[in-house]
Amino acid sequence: MANLKVKFCGVEFENPTVLASGILGVTASSLKRVVRSGAGGVTTKSIWLEEHKGHENPTMFGTEHYFINAVGLSDAGVKKAGAETFPEYLKDKPAPIIASIVAGSVADFGKLAAEIEKCKPDVIEVNISCPNVEDEFGKPFACVADDAVAVTKVVKKAVGSVPVIVKLSPNVFDIGEIARACADAGADGFCAINTLGPGMVIDIDLRMPILKNKVGGVSGPGIKPLAVKAVYDVYKATGLPIIGTGGVCSGEDAIEMMMAGARLVGMGTMVYYRGAEGFGEVVAEISEWCDKNGVKNIEEIIGVVK
Amino acid sequence: MNIKTFDSRPVALPIKKIVRENATTNTYVFDYLLGSSPGQFVMMWIPGVDEKPFSVAFDDGNEFWLTICNVGGATAELFKLKEGDKVGIRGPFGASYKISEGDHLALVSGGYGAAPMYFAANEAVKKDCKVEFLVGARNKDLLLYTRKVLGLGNSVNLHISTNDGSTGFKGFVTEVLKEVLEKGDVNKVFTCGPEVMMQAVGEIACGAGVECYLSVEKYMKCGIGVCGQCAIDDTGVLACKDGPVMNYADVKDLPEFGKYHRNSVGKKCKF
Repeated sequence: MANLKVKFCGVEFENPTVLASGILGVTASSLKRVVRSGAGGVTTKSIWLEEHKGHENPTMFGTEHYFINAVGLSDAGVKKAGAETFPEYLKDKPAPIIASIVAGSVADFGKLAAEIEKCKPDVIEVNISCPNVEDEFGKPFACVADDAVAVTKVVKKAVGSVPVIVKLSPNVFDIGEIARACADAGADGFCAINTLGPGMVIDIDLRMPILKNKVGGVSGPGIKPLAVKAVYDVYKATGLPIIGTGGVCSGEDAIEMMMAGARLVGMGTMVYYRGAEGFGEVVAEISEWCDKNGVKNIEEIIGVVK
Repeated sequence: MNIKTFDSRPVALPIKKIVRENATTNTYVFDYLLGSSPGQFVMMWIPGVDEKPFSVAFDDGNEFWLTICNVGGATAELFKLKEGDKVGIRGPFGASYKISEGDHLALVSGGYGAAPMYFAANEAVKKDCKVEFLVGARNKDLLLYTRKVLGLGNSVNLHISTNDGSTGFKGFVTEVLKEVLEKGDVNKVFTCGPEVMMQAVGEIACGAGVECYLSVEKYMKCGIGVCGQCAIDDTGVLACKDGPVMNYADVKDLPEFGKYHRNSVGKKCKF
């Protein structure tokens, strides 16, 4: 059987699958269940400095091709994460935990990063790319290189030795250029990509957008080719570790993402199609593919596509 | 959700009929092949307002009913709608109460829990079951579905209790349950109502050696097992997908059961 262990920014993962931020990530119990189902690591739902309400329902739905959501990053704030989510999870820490953080200003990112470091996550993921809070906060930081750099710097400065990865937006002209700028500012790695868009789905019977927020981030199988290309670009531009995320729903999808340059593979919308148990199934599929193709160590295939 | 196509977009349906149940509760009737079972729920989108989960009160393959109490907020907006107005429906979702041929059931409902219990009674009668229908409320004006339950025929016995004694037994529905279970014929208890009541029902059933299934009520956002808002401590099972109907034996020792639930941002709120 192939060795599926992956080292990411110095942290060892039992297998390359990671729960993406925003899915099943409200409580420690839920994160632990995802690990029991087979995930190599988990990412929390994005954490704010203070409580953040998010959007009203409808906030999400899907079809066989895509999923769309406008949850609006609801969260109880970093105090709850520090008092409950992290201590509960770390009690018997079943796998590495990545803390996703989000803020509306560069200064708040700095304050939040200092708070989240005390929670002892293995990696900090800086979410500067959520497309459905644009009205609240203007253009995502990930869409302007200077903004992305400013956030990266302030977070790196606040957290000391915890690896910091930046979650990039696909909604840019050149994702490689943004990644290179973040790398120069000290980013240790990346998560690519966040959801696309925002997009809109209209109920033609009621003649209105279904999402209460009207628009939302698009994910799911339909975005996978775009995600693979983005990961390829970021890897070529920086060579840094990447969590390849976007439309991955099977072991073969995960292999493809790793060949493009991902060290870890994030899955979120997969849960809609296969349930939390999908993690274990995908890991089995990766293992089977490796065995069939003579791959002894999964790390061999990272970035093999030239 | 249409499982074959993974389509969880809402379907726009006109409200066929609105039936006044009591001062604060309406039943909304829809002409639609929902294909639900007792205990399952739908997400109802009140266009431009919000989308909330409601358990199905009846479904015969031609029409289905949702019995909804006006508790303010989104439901206040729903109560402004008229027959013919459209809402969006997603579902049915979640696990259901499992009824076997020839069961002798005790269905214990508190408050709005009477609606899904009525659906269960309806299906039970079709399967030649005997049903003890226990319905409790604070007073007689808040009782739901009693007349409809009486219409289900001789195999259903109605047991009414009110806290103030304005009709039926004076006291809690749980006291009536004890008496019913003492006779020893009931082989399954289903309950739906406030969590603290269901906890008491579960304990009584467990004490009498009778299996008990209940419907957990948690804040739900997506209804489709993705957002994690309804994950229950400490196993992380999802009320929307693994539940809402669960075996009391599986939930009784969960640290969250009967003690707290979580709000829309995931903060604990004590009962």
